[in-house]
Amino acid sequence: MEVSRDTLLEMYRRMVRIREFELAAMDLFKRGQVKGAVHPYIGQEASGVGVCMALRKDDLIAGTHRSHGHNIAKGADPKKMMAEILGKETGYCKGRGGSMHIAAFETGSLGALAVVGSGIPIAVGAALGFKMKGEDRVAVPFTGDGGSNTGNWHEGLNMASIWDLPVVFVLENNRYAVSTNIRYSAKIEDLSIRAQAYGIPGVRVDGFDVLAVYEAAVEAVERARRGEGPTLLVTEAYRFEGHYAGEPEVYRDRAEVQEYRKKDPIPRFRKYLIKEEKASQSELDDVDAEIRQEMADAVKFAQESPQPDPATAMDYIYA
Amino acid sequence: MATVGKDATSLGTTAPTMSPDLIMQVPEGVPAREMSYQEAIREALREEMLRDERVFLIGEDIGVHGGAFGVTRTLFDQFGPERVRNTPISENTIAGAATGAALVGMRPVAEIMFVDFSGLAMDQIANQAAKLRLMTGGQCKVPWVIRMPQGGGAGKSTAAQHSQSLEVWYAHIPGLKVVHPSTPYDAKGLLKAAIRDDNPVIFLEHKFLYAFRGLVPEEDYVLPLSQCDIKREGEDVTVVALGYMVWHAMAAAQTLADEGISVEVVDVRTVSPLDEETIGRSARKTGRVVLVAEACRSYGPTGEWGMVVMEQAFDYLQAPVVRVTGRNSPIPFADSLENGVWPDTDDVVNAIRRVME
Repeated sequence: MEVSRDTLLEMYRRMVRIREFELAAMDLFKRGQVKGAVHPYIGQEASGVGVCMALRKDDLIAGTHRSHGHNIAKGADPKKMMAEILGKETGYCKGRGGSMHIAAFETGSLGALAVVGSGIPIAVGAALGFKMKGEDRVAVPFTGDGGSNTGNWHEGLNMASIWDLPVVFVLENNRYAVSTNIRYSAKIEDLSIRAQAYGIPGVRVDGFDVLAVYEAAVEAVERARRGEGPTLLVTEAYRFEGHYAGEPEVYRDRAEVQEYRKKDPIPRFRKYLIKEEKASQSELDDVDAEIRQEMADAVKFAQESPQPDPATAMDYIYA
Repeated sequence: MATVGKDATSLGTTAPTMSPDLIMQVPEGVPAREMSYQEAIREALREEMLRDERVFLIGEDIGVHGGAFGVTRTLFDQFGPERVRNTPISENTIAGAATGAALVGMRPVAEIMFVDFSGLAMDQIANQAAKLRLMTGGQCKVPWVIRMPQGGGAGKSTAAQHSQSLEVWYAHIPGLKVVHPSTPYDAKGLLKAAIRDDNPVIFLEHKFLYAFRGLVPEEDYVLPLSQCDIKREGEDVTVVALGYMVWHAMAAAQTLADEGISVEVVDVRTVSPLDEETIGRSARKTGRVVLVAEACRSYGPTGEWGMVVMEQAFDYLQAPVVRVTGRNSPIPFADSLENGVWPDTDDVVNAIRRVME
């Protein structure tokens, strides 16, 4: 597949933006400035970016508790995201959602639903709405390997398949549901074969390779847009950090983590861009520096923003 | 007047005497016809689907079969499989799909076959739909209705997993509205309001009331949500009741009127958000209060209504508040046992006598 230089550079930019956002968020968390929890997407950047670069702005994604990356990949503004995770009025959700519930409707993110698997039925319904209204939009729910064991997931794949709904189910197999490795929670090793049970294509790609993810996503999205129904896209990934920032990770060896870290999608893509002469070392250095500055600005914006007025605590309950 | 409505003798031993006030509820001078509660709900669905093409139905066996209680019968023929959308048995995804469709501008009306099955949909209803607006800081709204039959009653015997009254499951969740009409007139007007409302609305229909008949206006009308309705005005005692229990309350009021006790019957209609004002005002007026609900006693709706009375009318009370409720038991099968756990007209009469002592 021929991918334009602009698209390639935008992929790189978004992957670095996710990485830098997560590093900044973890740093704020360690300094006690973020309440609740931060679930870093570090290591999975190629998956979210590869998928979202295949989408139009008016296509919708549904996320999970680990969706900073999905939102950035879909084009969300790191300033408003950082403000949200610090619980500020200037955040996307005016401080009502926090890290686990970032929704940016303006960029086609209908929300991060933090009960594992629960975004699936909602995305199926959004796709039903698109179809009934005669729109050629596509809905993309993200889940992890853990989410693919929920009733929601199986009900949702079934319903989307019988109605040929425009959904691309993205299963990011990062190997762990909190502490439980997928080998203890699924009899099969290749989760994409679950698609066969619903009579839809199941595609498995290297989740560290942004181009492989992108190409598979383009095909699935086009199929959905043509009205031919859903696809299950499994991206084989790994969660480099703990389940949440500061989580002790007693359930896995450091050696295993180090082994996977060698597959880091960002240096890998960087090497590819330079080797294929799509970008020079210094161009990419400039992107890195620009994004670090962007993140410093985002942190400053978030820190300086006001918390919501307690008098507004009862706002937004009913429309 | 007595000829309008279903013959009480066919309803079993605990059925209430038919109340003319409930049957003839239509405002004076408004042209009306008689229809059942079930037909009134169907007419509301049909009219809203004709009025707004974004409205569609989704649920199990609601197509040709017309739903477990026949409520959607004929709608499939009229609107087709796109807008009367039969689903697999997937309650959580029915509810979730309604949310997703609502988020992109549709106005879904889902049916869960029995309220008892809605536990399977609880995550989507309570964790997702109810919270999305707040969690997103007002970026979205979730305008859906989920219709669910609930309750039981004389001679139906559907046992422990098909007979519960579960309004408080949903009333406890901020972000949801919960409606439970008692008459055909209310059912139609409140369902139309629920469909036009921009929030997720749990619309509970009483299974035993489906066959109850009453007058419904010919013209289009919508009733306000979150407004109790005074079904009968009185001076001596207030009876606050919900759903089918409103009929028992009205029958009790009629019986006691013959003895010179004037009973005011407040039909709660919308369980949440609750119209506390009307309950408080009536309690202050009469100074005596009886609360009647079919749901089991502990942590049931009467506990909430009783606190509203405490907060709004304590200084006016002339007697302790009394409640008449279902007992704290799963619903047993045999008629005799059902009658042992559900309240009836006699229970309400006795409670009123107690607060009048």
